[in-house]
Amino acid sequence: MNRARGGRRRVSVAGVFGELLITAGAFVLLFLGWQLWFNDLVVGGAMHENAAVLEQTWDRETSTAGHGTPDAPPVLAVPPASTDFAVMIVPRFGADYYFPIAEGTGTTKVLNLGKIGHYPSSQMPGEVGNFAVAAHRTSYGKPFNGVTNLLVGDHIYVGTADGWYEYAFRNLEYVRPTGVGVIAPVPQSDGANPTDRIMTMTSCNPLFSAAERIIAYSVFERFYPRAGGPPDEIAATVAGGS
Amino acid sequence: MYGALWRVLPGPWWLRALILVVLFAATVVACVLWVFPFVDHFIAPTDSTVDA
Repeated sequence: MNRARGGRRRVSVAGVFGELLITAGAFVLLFLGWQLWFNDLVVGGAMHENAAVLEQTWDRETSTAGHGTPDAPPVLAVPPASTDFAVMIVPRFGADYYFPIAEGTGTTKVLNLGKIGHYPSSQMPGEVGNFAVAAHRTSYGKPFNGVTNLLVGDHIYVGTADGWYEYAFRNLEYVRPTGVGVIAPVPQSDGANPTDRIMTMTSCNPLFSAAERIIAYSVFERFYPRAGGPPDEIAATVAGGS
Repeated sequence: MYGALWRVLPGPWWLRALILVVLFAATVVACVLWVFPFVDHFIAPTDSTVDA
């Protein structure tokens, strides 16, 4: 940028410094655009594909899948760390909502890849106790972005090799980042003996902040064995992914 | 800085402009493919887990 008029060309230290600052600012904006929009779209698309591939694999291996009844669901063995072992489908979030669930809540190996992460200290889907998962609410595919849109009774499906576990959304809760009571077998009741099958979803709150955690509780309703096909409510999602 | 870059580039104005556009696009692509994913590791993510 040449501020000198009348043909004189002069490069000043302040001028170069100013241009460097403007350039740095442009890079920061570009980075934010990448993180909040571009990377978000890329990751979300990749995870949809990832979930669809998982489901197709399970469909092919359906003969080896465990058996269960609607009221007595099978319980998966705990998978190795960072392994995808389930998918989540939430009709309230749209028919194209399809995310894989992986073991562990590490940021670089699970959450920042756009996956939903299972707290290793919590129970597995359908197990008596608490199936607790975490995911981003903004950026990285933002699997739990729509958590505040859930209405009481909305179905949340967890698909595994065995079939689909139907949970019904019950309520939201807001806690501090240290509020580990929410992932206890009986949420917020340390040491209590669980009798119900609960699912806990944790994410950050408020949006774009990590000051608090938003918690969504759901209760298990029934199990659909894979051999019988998906329930009607999610048939389009499951079929659309394959 | 950018003035000096403009003067260093060869050719008529439209060729210089074309070179700058290509350079700009290459910078953006390099950022998106390699620089931003790398930088991302060092920026504290908005944590979504509960942890004692």
